[in-house]
Amino acid sequence: MPGEARGARRDGRIVIVGASLAGLRAAETLRDEGFEGELTLVGDEPQLPYDRPPLSKLVLLGKAGAEDCGLPARRPIDARWRLGVPASGVDAAGKSVVLADGERLPFDRLLIATGTRARPWPVPGEAALEGVFTLRTSADAGRLVAALDAGPRRVLVIGAGFTGSEVASACRERGLEVTVAERGRAPLIGALGGTVGDWATRLQRAHGVDLRCGVTVTALTSAGGRLTGAEFSDGSRIEADVAVVCLGAVRNTEWLADSGLAAGPRGVACDAGCRVFTMYGIVTDDVFVAGDVARFPHPLFEYQLIALEHWGNAVAQAEIAAHNMIAPGPLRRPHLAVPSFWSGQFGLNIKSVGVPTFSDQVVIAQGSPEERRLVAVYGYRGRITAAVTVNRAKWLEHYRRLIESAAPFPPGPGAADHLADLEPVPSDVPDPRVLTHGPTVALTGHLPDRRLTLVRHDG
Amino acid sequence: MPADASSADTLFRRITDYANRADPYPLYAELREHKVARQEDGKYLVGTYDEIAALLHDPRVSSDLRNRAEPDPSIMPPEGPPPSFIGRDDPEHDRLRRLAMRPFGPPHSPGRIDALRGDIARISGQLADGLRGKSSFDLVDDFAFPLPVTVICDLLGVPSEDIPQVHTWADTVVSGLDFPPDEDPGARRHAAYEARSAMGQYLGELAEKRRHSPTDDMLSALANEDGPEGALTQQELMVTTVLLLIAGHETTVNLITNGMLTLLRNPEALERLRAEPELIPSAVEELLRYEPPVQFLPQRTPLADIEVAGVTIPKGVPLILVLAAGSRDPLRFPDPDRFDPARRDNQHFGFGSGIHNCFGAPLARLETQIALTTLINLLDGPRLLKDPPEYRNSPVLRGPRHLLLGQGKH
Amino acid sequence: MQIVVDLNRCQGYAQCVFLAPQVFELHGEEALLYVPTVPDGREEHVRQAVAACPVQAITAGEQAGGDSGAR
Repeated sequence: MPGEARGARRDGRIVIVGASLAGLRAAETLRDEGFEGELTLVGDEPQLPYDRPPLSKLVLLGKAGAEDCGLPARRPIDARWRLGVPASGVDAAGKSVVLADGERLPFDRLLIATGTRARPWPVPGEAALEGVFTLRTSADAGRLVAALDAGPRRVLVIGAGFTGSEVASACRERGLEVTVAERGRAPLIGALGGTVGDWATRLQRAHGVDLRCGVTVTALTSAGGRLTGAEFSDGSRIEADVAVVCLGAVRNTEWLADSGLAAGPRGVACDAGCRVFTMYGIVTDDVFVAGDVARFPHPLFEYQLIALEHWGNAVAQAEIAAHNMIAPGPLRRPHLAVPSFWSGQFGLNIKSVGVPTFSDQVVIAQGSPEERRLVAVYGYRGRITAAVTVNRAKWLEHYRRLIESAAPFPPGPGAADHLADLEPVPSDVPDPRVLTHGPTVALTGHLPDRRLTLVRHDG
Repeated sequence: MPADASSADTLFRRITDYANRADPYPLYAELREHKVARQEDGKYLVGTYDEIAALLHDPRVSSDLRNRAEPDPSIMPPEGPPPSFIGRDDPEHDRLRRLAMRPFGPPHSPGRIDALRGDIARISGQLADGLRGKSSFDLVDDFAFPLPVTVICDLLGVPSEDIPQVHTWADTVVSGLDFPPDEDPGARRHAAYEARSAMGQYLGELAEKRRHSPTDDMLSALANEDGPEGALTQQELMVTTVLLLIAGHETTVNLITNGMLTLLRNPEALERLRAEPELIPSAVEELLRYEPPVQFLPQRTPLADIEVAGVTIPKGVPLILVLAAGSRDPLRFPDPDRFDPARRDNQHFGFGSGIHNCFGAPLARLETQIALTTLINLLDGPRLLKDPPEYRNSPVLRGPRHLLLGQGKH
Repeated sequence: MQIVVDLNRCQGYAQCVFLAPQVFELHGEEALLYVPTVPDGREEHVRQAVAACPVQAITAGEQAGGDSGAR
């Protein structure tokens, strides 16, 4: 009916695949905005929705149990929950989701929010050793914290991205010996560039981390199925009882392989309104995506498709996707939020706004590295694209405004605590392929995930 | 009426005019229409929410009056010690504030304020008991003033017998902030300066005693600080504790008084809080938005030319952020002139924002929550005997000088 | 009662730590840590913290899905 097409789509069946932060907040937004139809949430983990950021901080410090990180409801959602069973496929033409246990869930609109999982250690035999861990789920955190409680003589952290650095920080705070191995030049370099990474190097060493950059782990050694240590590409070796594999994330898109959607290792491609593209690059109007698994165009970054493994993006994008799932066309909104994230490590609060890797230069605009209180501002071709604060969060809002308004880089003079002798330097953003840890922001480009083969039918 | 009486460049003069003290809000609405209003004497006023928020988080906006292009002797004494952290910029502001925070709150003393709940409730109950059976009383003198003053003096370590003297000094200092019309400010400023010095002297001597025989108060902790960054110098300690003592007792008096005044003007809100006491915390936040005890920040100065809402505010000029106008900006708060004790998303400017956010905010919150709960429960049919009440002179720290209430059958 | 803090919004004003120090803490000068499952008896203080947060970053509520019979 034409009349209905102009109005909100408040009835019908909505299936949300992914019952973590993005899936939950989308469900709540749907109900908030008046969706009255059937709502089903599918999650592969058995737990009710929980929050992941505390797992690598609070939980590893022993200040809360891994099972105590449940997310509060913003409101009742009157949903059917299918937990502990993964989705195995989507029948796009028949409009249903297929679960691993064979159940089919018909939908009128689908939201994909399957997020990511930890990238496993590439050698399966070594990955299966007792003492080798990844950290993504609450179950992972529960196992790891039990191993740390047992008082290992040394912990090996493989990969010095945010997760790896937070694990190393928690271990040092617990008084454990830690070796961190990173193939790149410095910790955090994949998200913050080499200049800030060099500062992170000094920070970790000052806190007693045995930090080894520019090396890879060539083998995890074992005895009787238990980890005993590791060998490095520079020929050195260490003994360790625990290894935490922090190699970044893998997007959970395999279940969409036969869906005909633009889904692949770099995520599920969508438009600015979170509508998923088909493999032909045609936008759907009934399949939406949000959270870590989405790759979407962002105007601040020249409309490149970006994928963000950020808590705040999961919430903001879920709210936009949910709104657009029921709003009539003209009332739909674009997902334009400026990316932001935080990390707590070595007693410091590190916060970021914008995309630091989308930069060619960086300048310390306030404070100084020596006092461990600073604002680093990133620029790309003469405009401000990101800012990172260390124990200076109250200023970040100012730089968000500068990013949003494409203000010139470097920022103008006048900050009361600017040390005048600091000039912009190259931000030194590496090619992500040279890192052990994956970047938490991926500029995934315009390229489709797979090449299409055009099949001509003769006659 | 003079020709310029309604022009935007006289707004500051009209806001500070005592005749408008009881209800400055129409002037704030006028200010918001201009967003940024240059005054006849070169001051710049800002009154819209978004613009104030931007300036409070702009590192190029100084709180240090020494950055004014033309020193203003009316608000800055030509001699005397350097200003307290409220009038400093980072990194010095940060260092001084962090040291002052060590015995007051997190990370070093996270439970200090929480532990005062019992004391505040006890003092509040005793004061309210004294009001029982009185058919009329002054809420300011009999309750709103003695509560926070007793608490802050106790917290700092000022003996109760010295409270009257401290109060006299504090009154004199605060009246030095006033903008009295048609009066030579010299004498008033000088008296304020003298009172501030005497108060600093007194607190310095008290701290010296505590240095040798410490007790568990803040002065003892500040005097015996042995943290990694060292301690405040004796002069810094004097300046800082004078600030805490004054700020810790003027503003909360107004918050509690404005609170009862607002509730008695809005009987349905009062009834609702009686029925749903769990709304008291959000009602206090709404009060901070609706009738804030600090109306504007008169001491900011741009360190560079700053563009705000299309206007360039030049480096070095007096910049005045009218927080109370921002907190009633209809672009930010739906139905802003309505007092709604259950208001959501209430990011008001009652305690400012950014690095200079109110140091004592948690104490003021707790005191006001407990005070209003006590008064709502114990007063017997309270009513305003004089509305509007008689206001103090200050347009900045705005609040009733007296609030005469009646109660019981009449 | 469960809580979650939007630490993108958080600017470290620490009002929650003052009001409910058993639930919130500063780790260093600015990084906020909190216990997501509120200990029994601390709910009222947490509600005060929720109201007082200058950037309205704290969400408190019952476990999401807890009333669904899902688990």
